[in-house]
Amino acid sequence: MDRLSPQRTSLSDAYSALADEAEATAEARLPEPQGAAEMRDLLPAIEPDRRLDDWGRSERVEGAMDRTLYEFFYRYWFRAEVEGVENVPAEGGALLVSNHSGALPPDAAMIAKAIREEHSSPRPLYLTVEHFFKGYPGFSMLIPKIGGVAAHPANVHRLLYDERQLVLVFPEGRKGTEKLYKDRYRLRRFGRGGFVEAAIRAEAKLVPLCVVGAEEAAPIFAQVPALKRLTGLIYFPLTPTFPWLGPLGMLGYLPAKFKIRFLEPIDTAELGGADAVHDKALVQTVSQEIRARIQENLHEMVAARRSVWFG
Amino acid sequence: MSGAELVRSEPSRRVLVTGLSTYWGGRLAQALEGFEQIEAIIGVDSREPTLELERTEYVKVSNRHSLLQRIVRAAEIDTVIDTRMVVNSLTASPRFAHENNVIGTMNILAACTGQDSPVRKFIFKSSTQYYGSEQDDPAFFTERMRRPHPPRTMIERDVVEAEDAVAEFADKHPAVSVTLLRCANVLGPDVETGFTRMLALPLVPMAFGFDPRLQFIHEDDVVHALEHAALHRLPGTFNVAADGVLALSEAISLVGRRALPLLPPVGAGLLAAPLRRLGFRVPDEMASLLRFGRGVDNRLFKATGFRYGYTSRETLIRLGEHMRLEPILRTRAGEDGYHYEREVEEFLRWSPHVRRERGGDGVAADREPLGI
Repeated sequence: MDRLSPQRTSLSDAYSALADEAEATAEARLPEPQGAAEMRDLLPAIEPDRRLDDWGRSERVEGAMDRTLYEFFYRYWFRAEVEGVENVPAEGGALLVSNHSGALPPDAAMIAKAIREEHSSPRPLYLTVEHFFKGYPGFSMLIPKIGGVAAHPANVHRLLYDERQLVLVFPEGRKGTEKLYKDRYRLRRFGRGGFVEAAIRAEAKLVPLCVVGAEEAAPIFAQVPALKRLTGLIYFPLTPTFPWLGPLGMLGYLPAKFKIRFLEPIDTAELGGADAVHDKALVQTVSQEIRARIQENLHEMVAARRSVWFG
Repeated sequence: MSGAELVRSEPSRRVLVTGLSTYWGGRLAQALEGFEQIEAIIGVDSREPTLELERTEYVKVSNRHSLLQRIVRAAEIDTVIDTRMVVNSLTASPRFAHENNVIGTMNILAACTGQDSPVRKFIFKSSTQYYGSEQDDPAFFTERMRRPHPPRTMIERDVVEAEDAVAEFADKHPAVSVTLLRCANVLGPDVETGFTRMLALPLVPMAFGFDPRLQFIHEDDVVHALEHAALHRLPGTFNVAADGVLALSEAISLVGRRALPLLPPVGAGLLAAPLRRLGFRVPDEMASLLRFGRGVDNRLFKATGFRYGYTSRETLIRLGEHMRLEPILRTRAGEDGYHYEREVEEFLRWSPHVRRERGGDGVAADREPLGI
């Protein structure tokens, strides 16, 4: 302790800067966000030897699923028919907005498969999934590996804005998958339009799309709230196969004919740039418009359909 | 503001390192000794330093405010680097951890205050445990995010409280550049953390049905990050984590171990006792990490010009190499390993051949009494 001296010199230059720093206010504690291009360059480089990406997505697991289960359902079971796939942009971030249904919804996987099969430049699709999956053992492991990410605004923003990927959202959320067979093809509320905000903030295109067939493939006849509480699941539906065949009954889809229609994209850049995020009225209007367009097209597609099973 | 404007090269000259005897304090002091621009390094701790130090002054003092403040003033410290944070609940009792993490931080901050305080830079090593690990977390925490739920474990509570104290200090002292570094889970051959212990087991336990995403950082990169903060003016909060978020199963296979999905997904508390008998204890703050994981956005710190030496993957590969070599090295250490000899160091420290004289105003460490 006796080695320190109170008399120090040569520090005046170090202190002269003190005055300049008075302007450094508390605000300055959080560094300003950098330019988009600059920050994109700083994204971690892809390590070719890795089997997973930073989201936990595994090409190997996804590829295996794609070649077996998805292939079977897409080609032979649901015999999916796709129109307007060219509305999905070949590059840049885009947010796909779809109607949603089914106890364990098959729609997301079929949309991803449709883009992979039919698009001129196939791109991976990230599916937003409610974060409940992270609490279920098994699901928590599998869902990220096949391209699912938790539906958190920050995740959607990073995917769309920084990584410029395709992201699929179901704005109806759980309200869509909970709905009963008698309410089929009636869109639920689109929440507070968070998905529109996300797209505007990320300057990404919005691509509405309709799926017909999923409602009949996995119809829900009733919900049993008592069993839901007992099992701790997010809902407890009665379907043709669940719970009668156990948990695997969730996969017991009926062979309804699938039709997927991608609609004209909406360019959020034309809505007035990033400032439009704060315009709640605009966000709501866009959200309503997308909902109306999906509903309209669903009605049209259902009206044109002669048979649930053969299209 | 562009990256270039954000970063000003502004080396510290007279540095106080807290927690000199901890791993990080020692490593940092060693690293800073190599920089000519830094004329004095003073380390404080209540225990003797454990690492070999050349020109660092050691002052034996606890985190008591009055003494620290006098040292800071007497030695005209312009930069205080606080590295003492305890982030593993197994290495310290909850009471000591709280005392050290919260009360200690407050005392050190108090030592930097005062009208004529010479301190112009405060660097605080924190942890990404600030963000916690919950089901509804984003996949990548950015520095602007707060944790979605209140902290659940003692250590996390400490981290949040300590950071709040630092933030308050930064608000009240705009003239002091406060850098807060939130480090991810550290791995490396020398450091001992919950994860290095876990990965050293022949069968690495995992929570059944979960494969969390985790991000790591190499111990050397932590030291370099602290060093980078000391050499530049970087006001703000930064995540310090290597590139790449790995799944736990991926991490385990990279170090060449086997995973054992054995921990029950819920109610791990019941298994805690038998596991402890087997020599494996899961620290509270790791329990939720083993289910939900955590990833952070590390770009802001990279934007200040910092480059990581290792990615998360490389960190694990190095650790694996070290773990395979360790049994061989361990036997050799007994024969000709380094022994710390205090007397020799004392002698060398004051030997004119070792002292680094600076030109002009005699900047090297003085020996005059401090008067306290």
